[in-house]
Amino acid sequence: MSSTEIKPSAPPRFTFPLYKHYSLKNQEVAYADGAPSLSSPIKTRFPPNVFPILPSPTSPGSPATPTTSFGLSRQLPDPHAKIYKVVNCRLLQDHKIVENSYLWFQNGRIIKPEDLFFTSYREPDEIIDAKGLLIAPGFIDLQINGAFGVDFTTDAESGKSDEELVKDIEKVSRGLLKYGCTSYLPTVVSSKTGVYHKALPLLRPRPGSVLAGAEILGAHIEGPFIAEGKKGAHNPNVLSAAPRGITDLDARYGPELAFKKPDARGDIERAVRLITIAPELEGLLEAVPELVSRGITVSIGHSEARIADAEAAVAKGTTFITHLFNAMQAFHHRDPGIIGVLGSTHLPIPISHKHHPSPSITSPSPTKPDPRPFYGLICDGVHCHPNSVKIAYYSHPRGAILVTDALSSMGLPPGTYSLAGRTIIVDDKLGAYIEGTTTLAGSTITIDACVRNFVRFTGCSLVEAIDAATIHPAKLLGIEKRKGALRIGADADLVFLDDSQGPENIVVSRVFVRGEEVDLKAC
Amino acid sequence: RLIIRQDYDEVSGYVASYVKERINQFAPTPDHPFVLGCPTGSSPIGTYRKLVEYYKRGELSFQNVVTFNMDEYVGLPRDHPESYHSFMWNNVFKHVDIKPENVHILNGNAPDLDEECRKFEQDIADAGGIELFMGGIGPDGHIAFNEPGSSLTSRTRVKTLAYETIIANARFFEGDITKVPKLALTVGVGTVMDAREVCVLITGAHKALALAKCIEEGVNHMWTVSAIQMHPKGLVVCDEDATLELHVKTVKYFKSIEHVQNILVGRENVGLQGGVKAVKHNPHLNGDDTTESVLSE
Repeated sequence: MSSTEIKPSAPPRFTFPLYKHYSLKNQEVAYADGAPSLSSPIKTRFPPNVFPILPSPTSPGSPATPTTSFGLSRQLPDPHAKIYKVVNCRLLQDHKIVENSYLWFQNGRIIKPEDLFFTSYREPDEIIDAKGLLIAPGFIDLQINGAFGVDFTTDAESGKSDEELVKDIEKVSRGLLKYGCTSYLPTVVSSKTGVYHKALPLLRPRPGSVLAGAEILGAHIEGPFIAEGKKGAHNPNVLSAAPRGITDLDARYGPELAFKKPDARGDIERAVRLITIAPELEGLLEAVPELVSRGITVSIGHSEARIADAEAAVAKGTTFITHLFNAMQAFHHRDPGIIGVLGSTHLPIPISHKHHPSPSITSPSPTKPDPRPFYGLICDGVHCHPNSVKIAYYSHPRGAILVTDALSSMGLPPGTYSLAGRTIIVDDKLGAYIEGTTTLAGSTITIDACVRNFVRFTGCSLVEAIDAATIHPAKLLGIEKRKGALRIGADADLVFLDDSQGPENIVVSRVFVRGEEVDLKAC
Repeated sequence: RLIIRQDYDEVSGYVASYVKERINQFAPTPDHPFVLGCPTGSSPIGTYRKLVEYYKRGELSFQNVVTFNMDEYVGLPRDHPESYHSFMWNNVFKHVDIKPENVHILNGNAPDLDEECRKFEQDIADAGGIELFMGGIGPDGHIAFNEPGSSLTSRTRVKTLAYETIIANARFFEGDITKVPKLALTVGVGTVMDAREVCVLITGAHKALALAKCIEEGVNHMWTVSAIQMHPKGLVVCDEDATLELHVKTVKYFKSIEHVQNILVGRENVGLQGGVKAVKHNPHLNGDDTTESVLSE
């Protein structure tokens, strides 16, 4: 019986006793002549565009219409640009290490290979053999004061020209690549108005490349609206509260703090990305919602806030704690202070997952975002005792973000250097202190060493440690779709890690920034 | 030919090494490629995995291999994880060096399905016909989506899936039969049998009845794989579980053929497709008088 010629007529009657539930009442028979009709509506969980018209294979160079499937809006890959395929690798995707898989990227972005294969008929142009290494997304560092002898704040104060400043910024950006750091927030510490007017316009977001170095995601302005008693190495003469609220902030920082409309891609062409404030100071708590509405991430740090002040600040919209444990009240069992936010159970649960940690077993709700903020940890073993890191981590695992808080002396041997007008001594253990005191002045640790130390301090898995340096900072800034994860559409910022000696001894072997390989020996 | 192996892994290993040898002995070139027919489903996954391993070890190249898939669902987006495009991509194409333009899979979202089927048949003819068509079997004895009742000389066309098949496939769609596509494009029984060689993989006890009906009973459109009985170069590879419904005599017979070939004829004399070139040294055949016998003094 052939099914090629069925004349339209009454549907045939089935009398299978076994198929009692199968009824033809609401269905049409599929006709094989002319346009096909479906015998029952095919309900899938995917968007209704069930019949995407694919470009005909005879014209692979024709401009491709973007088809939507699974709700992803994407462009079909460029038929002309070079396509790279990474083979013989293990990928860190979705919090797991995936074997027997490959990574394709083109034009500095990770792409979906099926379109290339089935629609564009393209094979990869270059095959990169990872030789069994683990590929992780490039590390993101949210707090770097400087490195390789450069300090962003001191530079801006020193009267150097803009060109020289840009050169210094590039020196740092390029040098960071060899540690696997492919994006970062240059940090400017507490300063007078002039310094911000000089430095911030030069720290606007700009993409990474081998020539320019790691991507700059914007600036982290740490202070001057911080507590005198917790200033650390910041200059006390420039600190202040904000009695006039946001007006004081705008006056101090200048136009790089102002509201700007995001462009088509959702990026904001403005330097300030993250601000550290002490919420207990006058006027600052009220300024938080305004800052958040401008798309700026607000962080609590260098503060003497008690637990109530800290939780109030979180309720107003702060989503980060700058270097937990440092420059804040020590943990006290009756007033846990800012550190105590990690133990909050009754914070208001945010509506959107954006900028908030994913839920973990210690979150109030297993499906809704965690209301507690992210928190930075400097894992050099000097800023915090390893046990403190472990206690913080397991109380709020999805909120941990590894930062270096690197100083100009990072990447340089022990000696004497400067940070925002203060003289800093780096000792043999690579701890940096203000000359003549035991006050820590930042660290000289690199981000890959932070990942190694984090595994050693907490006993967590390598995946968790890498997450804390990649997807968690990306989530905080709301850029997880293009940074911090090896997903289709993300920037091809890759770091190839050699974990053959165990997770505590990972070595950065190869680094790619926006799909270009970095020559690590030349950095 | 019926080859019986111990279990799923051995069957996959046999078929994979058979395909590898066939391709390598064929020595395909860009002008004279090896045209392979590819199945989907759980049966060939082990075979594909082993073929990918051969590629990774450098023993097999897919540069000059042209593939034609047996079937594809209608109406399912190409990138759906359960579409046969995704299946072939994840199991074979992303791992090996096959050229994208050599891959032919029916497009279940084509605006004109009949034209798509006709074009597919034309593509097969243009490629020079299929050299080796691999296939699996359904519990109802169907090959590709040629459900019981399909003409044994049918060509590539749209088919409505049988209720049993929809239930069997629901396990890939979260057990929800409303999510399973009801129509599919499939090569016909005639298309498969037009290939120069057909190799069917049958593993598992649930396929035992189908195997028995196809091998031991007559050619019947209710068990469409039985058409392989009329093919000059049909090969069935099965595991012990799949022989559960066969007569003991049948199983012993086919095992004995392999035994004779290995021990008495000699492995080295038997070609890849079963042809015998020569026979092992046999004193009676050659009339050799120097052999010592009990009777000579």
